[in-house]
Amino acid sequence: MEKREYTISVLTEDKPGLLNKLTIILSRRKININSLNVSTTEVKGVSRFTIVATATKIDLEKVVKQIRKLVDVLGSFLYEEDQIYYQEIALYKLSLEVFQQNGLLEKLIRQHGAKIIAIEDNQIVIEKTGTKQETHELYEVLEPYDILEFARSGRVAISKSKRRTEAFIHELETSQSNTLSIKEF
Amino acid sequence: MEALIENPGKVVEAERISGSEAILRCLINEEVETIFGYPGGAIMPVYDALFDYENQLRHILVRHEQGAIHAAQGYARNSGKVGVCFATSGPGATNLITGITDAQIDSTPIVCITGQVASHLLGSDAFQETDIIGISMPVTKWNFQVTKPEEIPEALAKAFYIAQSGRPGPVLIDITKDAQQQSFDFIYKRCERIRSYQPYPELREEPLKAAAALINQAKKPYLLFGQGVTLSGAEDELKRFVEKTGIPSASTLLGLSAFSTKHPLYVGYTGMHGNYGPNVKTNECDVFIAIGMRFDDRVTGDVTTYAKQAKVIHIELDPAEIDKNILTDVAIIGDAKQVLKALLPLVNKNSHQQWLAEFRACDKIEMDKAVQKSLEPKSKLMTMAEVVHKLSEKTKGKSVIVTDVGQHQMMAGRYYQFDELKSHITSGGLGTMGFCLPAAIGAKIGTPERQVIAIIGDGGFQMTIQELGVIMQYQIGVKILILNNSFLGMVRQWQQLFFDKRYAFTEMDNPDFIKISEGYRIPAQRVQERNHLDEAFNKWLNQEGSSLLEVVVEKEENVFPMVPSGSCVSKIRLE
Repeated sequence: MEKREYTISVLTEDKPGLLNKLTIILSRRKININSLNVSTTEVKGVSRFTIVATATKIDLEKVVKQIRKLVDVLGSFLYEEDQIYYQEIALYKLSLEVFQQNGLLEKLIRQHGAKIIAIEDNQIVIEKTGTKQETHELYEVLEPYDILEFARSGRVAISKSKRRTEAFIHELETSQSNTLSIKEF
Repeated sequence: MEALIENPGKVVEAERISGSEAILRCLINEEVETIFGYPGGAIMPVYDALFDYENQLRHILVRHEQGAIHAAQGYARNSGKVGVCFATSGPGATNLITGITDAQIDSTPIVCITGQVASHLLGSDAFQETDIIGISMPVTKWNFQVTKPEEIPEALAKAFYIAQSGRPGPVLIDITKDAQQQSFDFIYKRCERIRSYQPYPELREEPLKAAAALINQAKKPYLLFGQGVTLSGAEDELKRFVEKTGIPSASTLLGLSAFSTKHPLYVGYTGMHGNYGPNVKTNECDVFIAIGMRFDDRVTGDVTTYAKQAKVIHIELDPAEIDKNILTDVAIIGDAKQVLKALLPLVNKNSHQQWLAEFRACDKIEMDKAVQKSLEPKSKLMTMAEVVHKLSEKTKGKSVIVTDVGQHQMMAGRYYQFDELKSHITSGGLGTMGFCLPAAIGAKIGTPERQVIAIIGDGGFQMTIQELGVIMQYQIGVKILILNNSFLGMVRQWQQLFFDKRYAFTEMDNPDFIKISEGYRIPAQRVQERNHLDEAFNKWLNQEGSSLLEVVVEKEENVFPMVPSGSCVSKIRLE
């Protein structure tokens, strides 16, 4: 089966040590993490881990179920690219002198939808938000001008699903899955 | 003092006590009776508090922390209660890891409480400091570090809830020494819900109906049950289901004793050294019903050739087990008892005599080619198979059999005719040598009314031999049977079959086990001759309290049938 890039989105309680518990489930299967981002959500006390990894869908489906088993995990979801809205942010640092010598640069930056966020100490910092491909394209454009430093964030993603996180949590809080019930059909 | 309603009908007042005392009070609230442990610096305040609770909590001092955890496992597996361990920080905690891992893979409810250095020393490489939370992360169902006494009641309440609900497993709570020493207002409330933890997903109707339809149409149905049946107490439901549907039924290694081996629809146990019929018929059945098992590779062999012709129904509580190793046609996520109760009215009364006869024909082949050679050997010394077979007859299949890992374990699974529920305790998933002796001690403490027999090889016995001290000190009436072939037999068998008989470091010079046993004041005898076995059994079993019997067995006996590792189950070797 073909390996592809997938996004795993995990909703968790905001507890220390969870990052470790989560990532060892991937490393156990020798799955390399392309990027990882941890953030708060719109629900207080709930965190979101967004993990991008390249593997087969079958393997990642197993991983997602094993992540769901962790006691402090509220929900764990596997997404293909078309099931989510996602972005990454990239920062590029250039020398101010080089920038000023090349009048074209400002136009290029604008064309790429990037912006200048700092000019200080003879340096200029450019910010670009987009997909990995888009931030990479700008990287290639700036490369001849001697990039002093480059950093790219992990992916942040939200699903296209209409489910609200709050409603999802409420369902968990009121479900009857906390005890065993025997019923007949 | 503030009065709070704890459990319905019970009013409890907050009391100012130390963290250490609080730990013990939590255990009492959870109806814990026995603790297996070993003291040390970072858990000394708890031990000091325990001195005053001797009448309410029985502490068994083991001889090594590995003994504590295995004893807790044996205790839990047999009694159905949570096994509890105490250990100190550093080496005390790390010595628990093998058993915790074993409990995780074999789904045993355990709560381990480890002492930790004082919170201000965390991360400083203090004396006997280790990051046991980090170390135990991949092998616990849940773990948590307590650094303030106020956290103790909730942490322990969650620990007991998590350990025993859903698919059971081990939980470790690490408690810093300062949290043990400080006082706080103690109130205990049992945990009934954790929103991020849903141990019993709602049973859905559609898969039940789909499964029933498949079962009702099946011409050659085959059922394989695992430990999930024992864990959910579904033995009676399983029996009624099997009897109504008339389906030939087999057990996994850990499922043994959940269903009587004497039942006419029981067709044996499956897996690498299981019976011929259930292995071969796996690849001939049309509907395969798996209940409370996880398709371990020792059961399936090569997954790409496993039950490919069959519609597979997988009944399992842990959603992560569905489609993990074997793709299923119908998955029913639920507790075995819950599912079987719901499924029973949906299936038709049926009988599959002709199909069952095919299993019996396989039994005949196995008997002729493998069993007979093992039970009526030409060798001068006895075989493990015949010793276990005779033990089974002698005890009428009614004893609790605890085994270690290796050839004797497979022989016990094959030749002990289990006829009583909850009678088989072994280290299945992890295959931990040294498991047996402490697990048997725990099992005997958990069910003192039953006869508990530890069947151990000479190799595994020496891995936790020090626990004889526990038997001596607390007079635990465990019957110990050493099957001594002076070899690490299973490895030797593989060397013979797959490594050109290059017996690399598997032969053992053993000490005098009789003298060792007697040194621990446990009566012991050795038997070598076949015609003395019966008499030796009588003496050994009738002796009051613990006693040890060493049987010197054939050095190079092999366990057959055998599905070589990674092979197709229908290519099982009979000799």
